Amino acid sequence: MTDSSTAQHINDQGQTNWYTRLDPRVRRVVAFLGVLATLVLLWELYKVVAKALDVTSPVRPDNRTMPHSWDIIWALFQPVRRGGELLIVTLTKASLFTLGEALLGFVIGAVVGFTLGVLFVRSELAERAFMPYVVASQTVPILAIAPMVVIWGAQLGMGQQLRVGLIAAYITFFPVAINTLRGLRSPDPTAMELMRSYAASGRAVLWKLQVPSALPYIFTALKVSATASVVGAIIGELPTGTRSGLGRALLDFSQQFGARPEKLYAAVLMSALAGILFVGLITLLEHRVVHAARRQPA
Amino acid sequence: MTERDEQILEEHETDVITAFEEDPPVGGIVDGEERIPGAFWTRVGRYLPAVLAFFLVIVLWEALTRALGVESFILPKPSEILTKFVQNADVIWSAAFNTLIEALGGFVIGTTLGVLAALATVRWTAVHEGMMPFAIAANSVPIIALAPIANALFSITSPVSKMVVVAAVVFFPVMINTTRGLLEVDPAELELMRSFASTPRAVMRQIRIPHALPYFFSALKVAGALSLIAAIVAEYFGGPQDVLGQYIINRANLFQFPDAWAAILAASILGITFYVLILIAERLVMPWHVSFRSTED
Amino acid sequence: MTSPESVTPPPQAGLAIVARGVGKTFGTGAERVEALRGIDLSITPGEFISLIGPSGCGKSTLLRLIGDLTQPTSGTLEVNDKNPHQARLDRDYGMVFQKATLLDWRTVAKNVELPLEVMGFNSSDRATRAAEMLDLVELGRFRDHYPWQLSGGMQQRVAIARALAFRPSLLLMDEPFGALDEMTRELMQQEVLRIWTETDLTIVFVTHSIPEAVFLSNRVLVMSRRPGQIADVIETGLPQPRDEDTRESPDYYAKITEVREALRRLDRDVLET
Repeated sequence: MTDSSTAQHINDQGQTNWYTRLDPRVRRVVAFLGVLATLVLLWELYKVVAKALDVTSPVRPDNRTMPHSWDIIWALFQPVRRGGELLIVTLTKASLFTLGEALLGFVIGAVVGFTLGVLFVRSELAERAFMPYVVASQTVPILAIAPMVVIWGAQLGMGQQLRVGLIAAYITFFPVAINTLRGLRSPDPTAMELMRSYAASGRAVLWKLQVPSALPYIFTALKVSATASVVGAIIGELPTGTRSGLGRALLDFSQQFGARPEKLYAAVLMSALAGILFVGLITLLEHRVVHAARRQPA
Repeated sequence: MTERDEQILEEHETDVITAFEEDPPVGGIVDGEERIPGAFWTRVGRYLPAVLAFFLVIVLWEALTRALGVESFILPKPSEILTKFVQNADVIWSAAFNTLIEALGGFVIGTTLGVLAALATVRWTAVHEGMMPFAIAANSVPIIALAPIANALFSITSPVSKMVVVAAVVFFPVMINTTRGLLEVDPAELELMRSFASTPRAVMRQIRIPHALPYFFSALKVAGALSLIAAIVAEYFGGPQDVLGQYIINRANLFQFPDAWAAILAASILGITFYVLILIAERLVMPWHVSFRSTED
Repeated sequence: MTSPESVTPPPQAGLAIVARGVGKTFGTGAERVEALRGIDLSITPGEFISLIGPSGCGKSTLLRLIGDLTQPTSGTLEVNDKNPHQARLDRDYGMVFQKATLLDWRTVAKNVELPLEVMGFNSSDRATRAAEMLDLVELGRFRDHYPWQLSGGMQQRVAIARALAFRPSLLLMDEPFGALDEMTRELMQQEVLRIWTETDLTIVFVTHSIPEAVFLSNRVLVMSRRPGQIADVIETGLPQPRDEDTRESPDYYAKITEVREALRRLDRDVLET
């Protein structure tokens, strides 16, 4: 497999240029910033060009609809309402609230998923019996029914935390279970034979060989589920009258879009950052647990 | 995410969709003849427990809710759901149609852009290295947060506002997977082409694209499932009355859960149909790949 | 189960390995494969035996039978006067495969400690033994390195250190140098011989390479094509210690020829049947 992230990249014509001669990690940062800068540039360019050509489709270029990128940033450091806290503070609190809702469910889902994975690898009977249900559970589009779950939960008297937690747990358990199972089965048959030659107990094989092999797979699942859990949490905040959270902020600022469009854009930006932060934390953990020893491209 | 992550991720996504597609072991050679015909029934046999299980659950569900007199707002009976499904068929399917338009529109836009981005990524190194970490970061973003902006920019009742969100959701998996497929080429083959002094375009056509097709289709399957859900979820942030998302949320707010579930049922049917269509397309485009799979082990 | 030992095991009273009429058949019905048939052999403690034969002759299978990684379908097999299963539970042997199969999340030292952890040695014993073994294979310097930082040959040396960590009396090696280049291979052969002379090990060594078999062992067991049987036993009779000079001696070449002839005879027998 071509591992372009660590090798000096030679393009299809077999040439190098100033860019390909940079250190790979530096290249990544440069390229990432480049993409970001390009996006901002495109944004502003569209505004300028569309205004000059008097184009209003697909999006109006005026400052009411498309605020300047710097105005959006500037708005973060303005008070949310007269005499109120800074927008960035409100949004940070909202992000933490939403992340917090998602976190508990996420952790529980991960534990359940991991346990299922271990169960299935130890007992083929259990796998045959329960795997169809586990897979079938995913035919239920949990994100689509999230508002229903939340409303239904409210009826039953469940707190917001619990309701969103359920959604997050449901989202997380399946990928983690599948990937755990995969990962537990991933070791070389030779390695398994080696353990047998030591007359190792099932438990020793599990914890010394299978689980460490499974960790990369599990982390991949966690990263995917993390984002989905945040989405679930946001959606879960929509139908109910939650006073805090990103969902609430998005709805509120939607309504204020006419007057102050920057606030909605800022809210979307912060939501994006919240997602990136969550996954970033998991990636950090992964680096400590998985990549430290193994030769994986970082 | 590392390249290994992407690999695992791609395999995982394929897993989720194709968990039932694992081929059963073929009979092998008995009396000089390959027992291929048996494979069909073996495969049916594999699905059978799950299907039976499904029906069993439905029956039990119905029986228990009746027996225990569970209120429909706590847990609706399957029979109630089906009744509502039939009763409100015209409203539901009209809404479903509108949602489907949004999903399809977004799917087409997102997939097209994703493939173009993948091609650009492969052609120019700089684009690749910028896009990949960006795409990976973007995958961490709750894209659904775009929905309110799309509503504000494109008018809350316009299908375009939802299509934009769907396109955004679909774009990244398609781009990432297609890129991987295009890049994951044996260096030996690339050197071969280079020894013919072939143009980058020829390399693309002869080597990369055929390699990328399986990845592309697996990405399509994921995208198909995502687009419908994304459309519905985007509608939760606001939309015209006559779409599934609004229908569901309105009914749910009135505690009319059987109605809401009936709409979900319609969405599931659409989703399965969509998936089957993609499967058919895959088989048409890559007959070699699929038949290769079924004679393996 | 044996408790962790801190003393080398007592010398074996009887034979290290005895096989009588051992056979192994895989699968059933139309898909049966008879891998081994009527294997008779006896190996005295401290011997260095090579198993050589054409592909598919079952030499790896025989090794696995000895190691209780699979069971014979006929005949009797005894390892250290016990059945192989008991020998495995008693941790009488260590195995080295063609792939070093080091765990990539563990350092070299921790890899060597792996069997010791499984077998319940306490942590200071483990550390001491691992250090000893790494010194034995002359890789003490690399104890805190990770497998990916080592070359193929070095990884195999770690695998050998790991196999010997719990002081087994028997070492089973399945084409351990097959994946290495010729130069490294010869060095590794020297290493194995050195380790063998410094310990009381009995070694059963499976290989494809005739020179390797002759260079290393006391006796070379030539196996026939499937179903595998012991077609020939050739005493190498070369003096110890063996080194570069041995590789150039006429006796060495003569023995290689003898083994090669034995292998050729297998083909001729097949053609004539």
